Amino acid sequence: MRRRIPHSLTAGTILVAVIVLLAVASWFWLPFPIDDMSGGRLEAPSWHHLFGTDKLGRDLFARSMIGARIALEAGFFASLIGGLVGVTLGLLAGFAQRWWDSIAASLLDSLIAFPTLLVAMLLVAAWSASLTTAIVAIGFAIATVIARVTRLLIKRVLNQDFILASRASGSSWPRIIVLHVLPNIWPTLLVALALQFGLASLSEASLSYLGLGTPPPNASWGSLLQEAQATVTTAPVGAIAPGLLLVALVVGTNLVADGLREYLDPTLRRQS
Amino acid sequence: MIELRGRSERFGERSDWLRRRLASLLASLAAASILLFLVVRLLPGDPANALLSAESTPEQIAAARRLVGSDVPLQQQFLHWLGQLGTLDFGESFISGLDVRAEIASRLAITVPLTLGGFVLALFVAVPVGYLAAARARSWLGVLIGNLSQFGIAIPVFWVGIVLTFVFALRLGWLPAGGFPLDGWSERGEAMRSLLLPVLTIAIVMSASLTRYVRSATLDVIGSDFIRTARAQGASYGRAMWQHGLRNAAAPVISVLGIELATTFIGAVVVEQVFALPGLGSLLVRAIAQHDYQVIQGVLFVSTLVVLCSGFVADLIQRLVDPRLAATRAGHAR
Repeated sequence: MRRRIPHSLTAGTILVAVIVLLAVASWFWLPFPIDDMSGGRLEAPSWHHLFGTDKLGRDLFARSMIGARIALEAGFFASLIGGLVGVTLGLLAGFAQRWWDSIAASLLDSLIAFPTLLVAMLLVAAWSASLTTAIVAIGFAIATVIARVTRLLIKRVLNQDFILASRASGSSWPRIIVLHVLPNIWPTLLVALALQFGLASLSEASLSYLGLGTPPPNASWGSLLQEAQATVTTAPVGAIAPGLLLVALVVGTNLVADGLREYLDPTLRRQS
Repeated sequence: MIELRGRSERFGERSDWLRRRLASLLASLAAASILLFLVVRLLPGDPANALLSAESTPEQIAAARRLVGSDVPLQQQFLHWLGQLGTLDFGESFISGLDVRAEIASRLAITVPLTLGGFVLALFVAVPVGYLAAARARSWLGVLIGNLSQFGIAIPVFWVGIVLTFVFALRLGWLPAGGFPLDGWSERGEAMRSLLLPVLTIAIVMSASLTRYVRSATLDVIGSDFIRTARAQGASYGRAMWQHGLRNAAAPVISVLGIELATTFIGAVVVEQVFALPGLGSLLVRAIAQHDYQVIQGVLFVSTLVVLCSGFVADLIQRLVDPRLAATRAGHAR
């Protein structure tokens, strides 16, 4: 039987696709170069400048396209780091026995309590403000979440009878992990990562808003909003549009996560 | 006799849990203080660099290192740092010369009311709304609340702040767009007015995520066996929820409240930036920009302390409220 694709998955994919399109297009074509100051200052939106211009006369649509690229890069690489580190740590913690297990559990519990922003500001203080620093910090925060989820999932799977049966028939642990453990836990992990993707873009924007993220001339949506805030009365579109794009991306990834959860887990659909 | 043994067991179990939880709190604090020391002292080169320019003479360099304390061996610096932590005395800022502890205290007088105000307001919204969303899960109201809160967690807090200032301060002119009275809390009315929009900003964003927690915890309870049993025994829906549902639903919510409160406290940095409030976060952002390591260390340590303590208190309250844990403690688990 073919499974029906949930509406949230469709809607989320469309939202994310719009942002991806903006980002991919920015590699090949920009309406204006990002530091081109040929426009008038704080122009209202027109066909020429879709989002208007900023106080230096730069085209805000072009800058928002670059912003889309930065938001997706932050989301992708932070979830990649978080996924790889998190799953590895979670596997180790999941297989830990006795007091190693309780150490791992309480360590993960206390790490997870640290807000992403705090970790990021610590790293920025030590290194310098850059997209890479932001990605590493956000990736670390994601890793703690993923590690905890992985550990709980693995504990649950390892208690199943088919693991015991597999052990009894002489399979090695690496074989069991690849054949039995990972196939059972990846749907939940994928959903968790999809959620974290959007939150990572959100965190990067917050950091850039504080001036602790991507440095100029490239503009994250966070820095665009920070710059536009001072001139919000004369040019409100500049302070609204990047925020809407960011909301679209995060809502989109949240919907994708919800849709995936529904799609990959048929029992959930029966319940609700 | 039996009663007596039960009581001492219960006490023993609770104090055992408390002892382990305290130990893990202290271990985290120790790890965090070592990490903070290492990050600030080892990674960026000499902290004295912040005071120097490229053309500094060797004498100037030596003087700066003496001032910063980076001229003594590392282990001695670490002991000095531990001594500072014990008294929360972080010395003086190298840049402004102000006492770091006093500076942090005066900043907390803004950040703490801001955080707590926004958080408590969010709770007052989230608990009834989340409960309603779960109780009417299949009606349009429940679906609407569910979707709105989904939307709410996707909104950047600084954007909410910008939009609120635009509408209520710049267009309508009801409230100040930012800043804080120079005399601080001695101008109480003015201070309250300048905190109103920031508190509202935090409350809007926080209430969305708290509503989700309340909703899903309530949904779990509504679908649970013990509510069905209570209903089957003749209790009304309201009575079953009040007597059995409330504490069961509250426990998982309380355990995330600790983390959420910490996130709000740290996230206040963004809100302070939007409204130009001289709070703890603005102090940290400025210190990072100026490489003012004394201040960075102090603020980050205080923030870590807040994060760890709010987690600890939340765990403690959850432990007292959760009927499942209470039942095993009292030996009623059969």
